[in-house]
Amino acid sequence: MADRGGHGYAAIFLTFVAAYVLAVVPLPLWLQWGRPEWLALTLIYWCIALPERVGVATGLLVGLGLDVLEGAALGQNAFALMVVALLALILYQRLRVSGLWQQAAVVFVLVCINQLICQWIQNLEGVSVVPLLFLLPALSSALLWPVVLHSLRGVRRYYRVS
Amino acid sequence: MLQILGPTLVVLGLLTAGLYFNKLQSTRAVLDTLASPIFWVANLPTRVSEWTATHIQSRSDLLEGNERLRRENLILQGRSQKMASLQSENVRLRALLNSSALVRDDVLVAELIGVSPDPERLQLVLNKGEGDGVFLGQPLIDADGLMGQIVEVSSGISRALLITDVTHAVPVQVNRNGVRAIAEGTGALESLEVRHISATTDIREGDLLVTSGLGGRFPEGYPVAVVINVERDPGEVFVRVLAAPTAALDRTRHVLLVFTAQQSQED
Repeated sequence: MADRGGHGYAAIFLTFVAAYVLAVVPLPLWLQWGRPEWLALTLIYWCIALPERVGVATGLLVGLGLDVLEGAALGQNAFALMVVALLALILYQRLRVSGLWQQAAVVFVLVCINQLICQWIQNLEGVSVVPLLFLLPALSSALLWPVVLHSLRGVRRYYRVS
Repeated sequence: MLQILGPTLVVLGLLTAGLYFNKLQSTRAVLDTLASPIFWVANLPTRVSEWTATHIQSRSDLLEGNERLRRENLILQGRSQKMASLQSENVRLRALLNSSALVRDDVLVAELIGVSPDPERLQLVLNKGEGDGVFLGQPLIDADGLMGQIVEVSSGISRALLITDVTHAVPVQVNRNGVRAIAEGTGALESLEVRHISATTDIREGDLLVTSGLGGRFPEGYPVAVVINVERDPGEVFVRVLAAPTAALDRTRHVLLVFTAQQSQED
């Protein structure tokens, strides 16, 4: 049984690694603004599925990794994902019983908050260009939520992470 | 409550240290090295498609390409025939003028292994690092012009900021008449804004802007951009000048890192 616990952490870790790769995969220029926030999606899923193991601290660690990959100020995505994780932890009981597209709507709001915090910290740094286009990832993330939910649920059941 | 308070304090500390005190350069270098496998994996599809494009090619395509390169080589050789005599003449003339001799810059070829996923940050990740002699502030060019400068170096990879990023500015001069100016990034890959040009300044569409060498960061004489739009509004103090970078900022896969003679001496 102890072995299974370790196994679970490995599976969770690997899903985050996959999210990192998707987060930096080169995209054509016209798609760049709509890149879904893969890490936020993965984090939200694990917060709903395993609220006692994945939470604010996970958001911090995962976000720091994204900061390094993006070349952003250390702490920018970490802060945003911490807030996302906290909100997901507050909402997880409701999310578990709500329908797929209701969940997607909540995901939309959570990713919007994530993007707003990132934008806010970027403004402190002096980087900001296009108004409102930065909210596009929220839309694409919400539309992809069913796919992410089913594939991560598949991973969780396959490796019996609980 | 403690579970939230702890991480929050950590993040606020990091943000303050990074944004207001610039203390995290060395930490970032270490973390960047750890992150390089992710870039490597994310870059695999491009590598595979490139490999198939170069290795699976028809014989006629190869012959054709070979022929084209031969022709191009002939033309370039023809052009460089008088190079030696011109160069020595240039040295003599500069000696007559008592100005310092121009030294040819050395370059290092680096490959692009990633671009920043954030569209508001125009940064490139390169596969050369501290071990190859890359240093902070090193200029980056491609075949057609200046691309940017190195802003982060770790042992195996480095990050470069493009000249069109909103946080970047480069001192330039108009190649035609030597008018000096500053070209600032606009955040869009295809335009730079030349700042503080007064209404009487002689600058017009089609002018080539080259690095002026002022400020000491970029060596003199590399092409930067071509002026595409000059807007003279009588109500404004300055003329609005837009220029298009000559380098292929979004297409190049191989870039050149420039070692200038002066900076090599400092090392």
